[in-house]
Amino acid sequence: MQRTNFKVKPIGMRRCLRECSMEWETVIGLEIHSQLKTKSKIFSGASTAFGAIPNSQACAVDLGLPGVLPVLNKEAVVMAIRFGLAVGAKVNKRSIFDRKNYFYPDLPKGYQISQFELPVVGEGEIEITTKDGKTKKIGITRAHLEEDAGKSIHDLYDDYTAIDLNRAGTPLLEIVSDPDMSNAKEAVAYAKKIHALVQYIGICDGNMQEGSFRCDANVSIRKKGTEKLGTRAELKNINSFKFLEKAINLEVERQQDILEEGGSVVQETRLYDSVKNETRSMRSKEEANDYRYFPDPDLLPVEVDDELLQQIRSNLPELPTEKKQRFVSELGLSGYDAEVLTSQKSVADYFEAMLVEGADSKLSANWVMGELSAVLNKNQMEIDDCPVSAQAFAELVMRIADDTISGKIAKDVFKAMWQGEGSAGEIIDSKGLKQMTDSGAIEGIIDEIIANNAPQVEQYRGGNTKLLGFFVGQVMKATQGKANPKQVNQLLNEKLS
Amino acid sequence: MSLSEQQVKEIAYLARLSIDDSEVEQTTAELNNILGLMADLAKIDTEGVSPMAHPLNMSQRLREDEVSEIDQSEAFQAIAPQTGQSHFLVPTVIE
Amino acid sequence: MTMHTLTVAELSKGLKNKEFSSVELTEHLLARINQSDLNAFITVTDDLALAQARAADEKIAGGSAGILTGIPYAHKDIFCTTGVKTSAGSKILDPFISPYDATVSHKLNSADMVMLGKANMDEFAMGSSNEKSYYGPVKNPWDKNKVPGGSSGGSAAAVAGRLSPFATGTDTGGSIRQPASLCGITGIKPTYGRVSRYGMIAYASSLDQAGPLTQTAEDAALVLNVMSGFDDKDSTSVDRSVPDYTKDLNNSIEGLKIGLPKEFFSDGLDGGVAETVMAAVKEFEAMGASVQEISLPNSAHAIPTYYIVAPCECSSNLSRLDGVRYGYRCEDPKDLEDLYLRSRSEGFGAEVKRRIMIGAYALSAGYYDAYYLKAQKVRHLISEDFKKAFQDVDVIMGPVSPTTAFDLGSFTDSVSMYLADIYTLSLNLAGLPGMSIPAGFSNNMPVGLQLIGNYWSEEMLLNAAHQFQGQTDWHAQMPEGV
Repeated sequence: MQRTNFKVKPIGMRRCLRECSMEWETVIGLEIHSQLKTKSKIFSGASTAFGAIPNSQACAVDLGLPGVLPVLNKEAVVMAIRFGLAVGAKVNKRSIFDRKNYFYPDLPKGYQISQFELPVVGEGEIEITTKDGKTKKIGITRAHLEEDAGKSIHDLYDDYTAIDLNRAGTPLLEIVSDPDMSNAKEAVAYAKKIHALVQYIGICDGNMQEGSFRCDANVSIRKKGTEKLGTRAELKNINSFKFLEKAINLEVERQQDILEEGGSVVQETRLYDSVKNETRSMRSKEEANDYRYFPDPDLLPVEVDDELLQQIRSNLPELPTEKKQRFVSELGLSGYDAEVLTSQKSVADYFEAMLVEGADSKLSANWVMGELSAVLNKNQMEIDDCPVSAQAFAELVMRIADDTISGKIAKDVFKAMWQGEGSAGEIIDSKGLKQMTDSGAIEGIIDEIIANNAPQVEQYRGGNTKLLGFFVGQVMKATQGKANPKQVNQLLNEKLS
Repeated sequence: MSLSEQQVKEIAYLARLSIDDSEVEQTTAELNNILGLMADLAKIDTEGVSPMAHPLNMSQRLREDEVSEIDQSEAFQAIAPQTGQSHFLVPTVIE
Repeated sequence: MTMHTLTVAELSKGLKNKEFSSVELTEHLLARINQSDLNAFITVTDDLALAQARAADEKIAGGSAGILTGIPYAHKDIFCTTGVKTSAGSKILDPFISPYDATVSHKLNSADMVMLGKANMDEFAMGSSNEKSYYGPVKNPWDKNKVPGGSSGGSAAAVAGRLSPFATGTDTGGSIRQPASLCGITGIKPTYGRVSRYGMIAYASSLDQAGPLTQTAEDAALVLNVMSGFDDKDSTSVDRSVPDYTKDLNNSIEGLKIGLPKEFFSDGLDGGVAETVMAAVKEFEAMGASVQEISLPNSAHAIPTYYIVAPCECSSNLSRLDGVRYGYRCEDPKDLEDLYLRSRSEGFGAEVKRRIMIGAYALSAGYYDAYYLKAQKVRHLISEDFKKAFQDVDVIMGPVSPTTAFDLGSFTDSVSMYLADIYTLSLNLAGLPGMSIPAGFSNNMPVGLQLIGNYWSEEMLLNAAHQFQGQTDWHAQMPEGV
C-alpha cells in the first residue's frame, strides 16, 4: 500500500469540524447610509450634484465658517418619512437633531449633525426572500437623517491628504436594521431589498459606485442556543453586494477562529479590502472617541403635522410588495416571475410600459427575464440604458403573439433591433422574415422533402420517431427558418404517419 | 466631582487641546475650581421638570429644496492655510 | 469740534440739515480713534469708512437718505464683515478675513452706515472685563486703570469715550449690559430670536443675542429698528414683525409696575451700587410707577447653570477652529494630530480653553445627565421664576453688576469673576430682553440700572428708559477730557 502524506491544513480541519459540529450562529445587523437625492444639501442651499470640481459646491455653511448656521431642507424630511411609511414604520412627528462631536479633516464643523435619541423614523420591518425561496421578516430599528462628510483623498499628494467638501452636507438617511440576519445571504437579500425600495420611492439613486448607497455590517457570533449577543465588529468600505457577502463571510470565519483558539473578539471597526479580500482593523484614535451627543442648539425640534404626513402618504408610489401582488393576481404571473420583475423599479416600469402597448404579460415577462436580461448582463448594462425601448420591445413580443414570426426568428430580430437596425416591423419586412403560415405552402414543401428523403421516411415509419427532428430541420432549411414551427410539426406528424 | 490630572489630560485630548506636564497641575486646579461651582446643582429638585434647550417654544422651519448658492470656492480657498488643486490640504492621514 | 458728543438722533438731524457731512464726522472720529489709548479697536477701517461716508453724503445730497444714513459706528469684532479681518478677539482668527457678511453687518451696510472699525472684545465673547483679548485689554474711559467690562468692552469704551456714537455688541451672559453699566452708557439685549445670529461668531448658541450700545435709549431704539428682523438663514430667528421701537418712547409710564427681586439686593452687592440703584428706582416712582418686592428664587442657580450650558455649547461651536480651512495653523505640523493640537493650543487663550474643557467634560459619557441635562432643567426653573414674576409686574429692575468697574488685573481666578455675573445671567437663560442704563455714580465710577422685560417687551423697556433719561442726565455725562 502506498503511503501518502496527508498535509491537512489545521484551519481546513477546523473548518471541517466546525461545519460538522455547527456550534456557532451568526448575528448580523446592517447600517445603510442612503444619500437622499435632494437638489440641495440638508442644511444649506448648495447643490448636491455629483462629479463637480472639488469644493465648487461647498458653500459657507458647508465649510463651517465662523458664524454660519444650518437651515433644514424640507425635502430631506419628506424623503425620510416616505421611507418610514414604505417600511410600515412609526414616524416620529417630533424629532430632534443632535451633534455628534469628533475631529476629522473632512468634517468641517468638528461635529456631524445627526439624530440620536429621537430619530424621524422609528421601528419598521421588511420581508426578504432568499434564493431558496424562503421568506423572513427583518426588523428595522430606526432610520434617521444626518449630514454626509466631505471626502479625504490620500493619493493626490505624497505628503498631504486633500480634502474635497462638495459632499459635506449632502443628506443621508441612515437605516439601521435589527440584528435579525443570520448569514451573509440574508444580509445581501436585505441590502438588495432596501436598495430597490429606496429607488422605488424615489429617494435615492442607489448608485453604489458613486457612494450614494453604503452598507456597513455589524457582525458577531455566539454559541448556538445562547441569547447573549457576542462582541461585534463593524465592517466598512463595502461598495457592492458581492463584497458585502465576502466581507461578512470572512469576518465570521475570523471571529470563529479567534473564539475557538480561546481568544475574545475586540469591538472595533474593520475596513474591507476588496483587492486583498481581507478586512483590517481601523483602530484609529477615533475609536476611543466619546461623541458627546447633545441637541444641536442651532436647530429646533422638527414637528411634522398630520397634513404633511397625509400628503406624503398619498404621494407614495406603488410599493414593490403591492406591485408584486398585483402582477400575480391581475396579470397571472408566477410568484417567482413577479418577484424578479418587481425587484427593480426600472425593470417593472419597462415591463409595464410594454403592457401599455398591448403586449401579453406572460410573453413579455419571459422575454424581459430571458433574452433582454441576458443581453443586458452580457453588456453590463442597466435596463435604463437599453437601446431598445419598452415600446419597441413590446412590438417584437406582439409580433410573436400574432404569429408573424416564430420565437426563434424573434431572437434574430431582437439582435438586429439591438444593433439599431430599426423597429421589429421594419426588420421583419426588410429581411423578409415573416413566418410562413400558409398551410398549403408548407404542405407543398413537406411533400417535396418526403419525396426526396425516402429512406428516412421509412425509418421514421419503422419506429425511429427521433427522426422528426431531421424532417423539421429540413423544412426549416427549405424555408430559411420561416415556417411556423407549430404548423410544421402538426403537418409532418400528419403526413409521416 | 473632582477631576484627576489624568482625566484632565483625556478631556483636553477630546477637545484637541494639548496640555504639557508643566501646565496640567494648574489646569486641573482651575477646572476643579470651576466645577466646584456646580456642586450645588445636584441638590436642586428638578423632579418632573423638562429640560429647556431653547428659550423659544418654536419648531424647526423647513426650507424649500432649491439650489441657492453659487460657486465661491476661489474666495474661500484664498483664506485657507494650505490648498492644492482646489483641495484643502492637511498632513497625510493614514486610515 | 464736539460732533463726537452728539447722539445718533442728533447726528442724524445734523447730517440731514447739512450742518456737517458724514465724511467730516467720520474723519473727526477716525482722528480721535487713532489718538486714543483705550485700545477699543482691533481693526480701524479708515478707507472703508471714508468710502462709506462719501457714498452716504451722496445719498443725503440726493435726498434719498434714511434716518441712519452716514452714521458711524464701531462693530464688535464678533460679526463677520466681508474683506475685513474678523477675529473674535482671538489669535486663532487673527488671519481670518471674512469672505461673507453677517446679516447684522449687511443690515447696517444697507442702512448706509459707516463702519469705523472692529471693536475689541473678550476672546470669543468669554469674559466680563475685556482683559481676555488676544489684542490686549481695553481701558475704561472713566478710569484707565479699570476695566470697561466685557465681553463687549471695546464697544462700550468706544461709545463712552465718544470715539463712536454707537457700537454693536453681543450678550450671552451680560456682555452688553455689564460693560454698558461699567462705562456709564445704554445697552439693550433684545429677546432671543429678535436679531439674526447668522454671521455672528457663536459662543453659546441658545444664549447669544446681538444688540446696540448707545448713549441714549432713543438711540438704542433707532439702531434696534435696523438690526432686528427675521432672517431665513438663522433657524432660531423669529418671524415676527419689527415695530418702530421709537414710537412709544414718549408714552407716560404712570402705573408701570416695577418688581425688585429680593435676591438681587443681598450680600455681595456693593453698598454704593445698591444706593445708586435704589435712587434710580425712586425716579421711576416719582413718574408714577409703583414698586414691589418680588422673588426669583432660583437666581443663585443661574451661575452653575450658565457655566455648564455655555461651555457645553461653545466646546462644540469652537471645534471648527482646527487650522484646516481658515484661521491660524501652527507652523510645520508634522501630522494631523499635531496640526489640531498645536493650532488650537497656540490659537486659543487660557479662558477659552478652560471653558472648552469644562464643556467637553460636562457632555462626556457618564456626566451628561448630571451636568448638561440637569442644567437645562434648572434653566427651565429659572425661566418659570420670571414667568411668575411677570404675572405681577411689568418690568423687573435691579443692579447689573455687584460693583462698579474693577481694576485691570484684579481677578486672578475665573470663578470670582463668574460670580459677578449673578444679576445678568438668568436673563439669557430665559431668553428675555434686558437693558442697562446709566443710573449714577459710586466712587466716581458709573453705575448701571438693569431693566428686564417679558418676551418681546422691548418697546416698554425703551419707553421706561427714555422717560428716565428725560428726568435725569446721567446718560449725558462723559469722562473727563472727552
